[in-house]
Amino acid sequence: MPFDEQTRERARTLIARYPKPRSALLPLLHLVQSEEGYVTPAGIGFCAEQLGLTKAEVGAVATFYTMYKRRPVGDYHVGVCTNTLCAVMGGDAVYAALKEHLGVDGQNAVTDDGRVSLEHIECNAACDYAPVVMVNWEFFDNQTPESAKALVDDLRAGTAVKPTRGADSVCTWREAERVLAGFYDGRADEGAAAGPATLEGLRLAGQQEGTD
Amino acid sequence: MRLTPVLSANWGSDRPWTLDGYGDYAGARKALAMDPDAVIQTVKDSGLRGRGGAGFPTGNKWGFIPQGDGKPHYLVVNADESEPGTCKDIPIMLANPHVLIEGVVIASYAIRANHAFIYVRGEVLHVVRRLQAAVQEAYAAGILGGNVLGSGYALDVVVHAGAGAYICGEETALLDSLEGYRGQPRLRPPFPAVAGLYASPTVINNVESIASVPAILDKGVEWFRTFGTEKSPGFTLYSLSGHVTRPGQYEAPLGVTLRELLDVAGGVREGHQLKFWTPGGSSTPILTAEHLDVPLDYEAIGEAGSMLGTKALQIFDETTCVVRAVLRWTEFYAHESCGKCTPCREGTYWMVQILQRLEAGSGDAQDIDTLLDACDNILGRSFCALGDGATSPITSSVQYFKDEYVAHWEQGGCPFDPTAATLFATATQGAR
Ligand SMILES: Cc1cc2nc3c(=O)[nH]c(=O)nc-3n(C[C@H](O)[C@H](O)[C@H](O)COP(=O)(O)O)c2cc1C
Ligand code: SF4
Ligand code: FES
Repeated sequence: MPFDEQTRERARTLIARYPKPRSALLPLLHLVQSEEGYVTPAGIGFCAEQLGLTKAEVGAVATFYTMYKRRPVGDYHVGVCTNTLCAVMGGDAVYAALKEHLGVDGQNAVTDDGRVSLEHIECNAACDYAPVVMVNWEFFDNQTPESAKALVDDLRAGTAVKPTRGADSVCTWREAERVLAGFYDGRADEGAAAGPATLEGLRLAGQQEGTD
Repeated sequence: MRLTPVLSANWGSDRPWTLDGYGDYAGARKALAMDPDAVIQTVKDSGLRGRGGAGFPTGNKWGFIPQGDGKPHYLVVNADESEPGTCKDIPIMLANPHVLIEGVVIASYAIRANHAFIYVRGEVLHVVRRLQAAVQEAYAAGILGGNVLGSGYALDVVVHAGAGAYICGEETALLDSLEGYRGQPRLRPPFPAVAGLYASPTVINNVESIASVPAILDKGVEWFRTFGTEKSPGFTLYSLSGHVTRPGQYEAPLGVTLRELLDVAGGVREGHQLKFWTPGGSSTPILTAEHLDVPLDYEAIGEAGSMLGTKALQIFDETTCVVRAVLRWTEFYAHESCGKCTPCREGTYWMVQILQRLEAGSGDAQDIDTLLDACDNILGRSFCALGDGATSPITSSVQYFKDEYVAHWEQGGCPFDPTAATLFATATQGAR
């Protein structure tokens, strides 16, 4: 019974947020991923049923967006930015190291234990912290091949890891997807307001003041 | 050059993402006491220009919304921030979501919208949390809901997470995505101001544009215009990344130069020289050291042959292979092309093939001509600006660094050591 009454209730909540029901489709697909880990055929059917669409209509939308997965990913989904800036700063080396270290190849490939999956991602709006790695869409800034390997080792061993800019610990893939669907998990007060690079200009402006 | 933190002023303070840490919505209170048209006029007079890339005057955009038309109006905040190199909206929302919500209140009131959406890219979990929490807090404090700050005006705000697609930053693709479709651009006209979300009048603005509005209402047009230039007034976030000593967010008046910014940021990383840079993301033609003194405003960067774009200053030093950089960007455009129009869909695919050959050292002069020819057939002939943007890195890199393309086939491979360019390169590697 993949979609219980609570999930249906959540679906109704999402749909009610919008002037037109179909606007809830992206949130509903996130919701499906939070229940099943990826967008299953049943999940597509669920969205279609909630919105009165055909499965083909829902499927066409789901396949357009890279965050919707067609196969299971790990409990911890790791994204390495290999867009130009990060790639040049070391993202290519980080990605190559993780592929080898995890013994996985191909977009969204999962380790044998199902713990970690790996993807190379596009610019994640954190270029001032290059090279950037995301775990379940939390920031791990300024990575090296060594730090990234240690990170995935911790994830596989079940050792808690702390994002550089994010919550105090990384939640699971499914928990993250529930937040993205639109259900706040109460964790906004964790973590810092900003990382050091974000604050660099502000800090230097303070020094300029001091020289007046 | 003086840095001028306004948007970033409270980022270092105690829990600036909470209502307590933020302040009392002074700008919104002033706006709600004004006639909506007067609010639009104030933003027009300020000269604020859109920070999402195109620099369109924000107040004028609001003024295009037909009034008294009996249709619902919508405000949609473009928080999709995905243009390679761009990294300003995410830190704004992480540290200070309330400044965005305050801007949303003011803008929605001005255009007579009772419903606003913040379309945030999905790949930033903690930013989504901060937005969700701030919206909840704002409802609880009577800043959102049926009676905004006691004014009788009603506003609902929905935080909507995207799902990974660069094209959804294009404003009409964003609307399709928000309506629950594949994110593909729409034919214009009709423009969103007339038929946008649900075919109703809609304003779409970038996060930084909207976040700049509360201070304008609070401190006034004259104050705002003391920053920047006549045609590009105000302060803005310049995002320095790459081979720079202190990468980060630098808030300064529009019209400062890269030389001045690098000065405060400690220069290009030690022992290296500037080779090329983007003024505003990967879709803006690259520039070189000869452009260090060009004012970073909309006009001057345009005259220099590029665009101010998102002010994403990606800095690359002499260890970087320009062919590798351009190939990677082109792969990005090919991957993100929505497939709606042929020049972009087919063109970006073929440009990747040719650039791969060139990077591997098996290209020739004919390939360069074919690349430029492909760019000619995409630029101005694509359905949306993604296609145009895909040509920028190619044409500008051939313009400034043709020799480097030649060197690849003359040497039968890439003449650069990629490890020398990394953050973790040793000084000796870097010095080769
Ligand atoms: C391919 C493409 C991607 C874009 N991505 C973004 C984006 O992530 N954020 C943004 O604000 N504008 C983006 N834009 C620009 C928007 O279409 C639009 O001009 C902007 O949101 C308007 O806001 P502004 O007037 O406040 O700048 C993009 C444009 C294109 C063509
Ligand atoms: S230019 Fe590219 S992204 Fe834009 S509509 Fe055409 S195919 Fe889609
Ligand atoms: S290029 Fe990697 S975060 Fe922007």
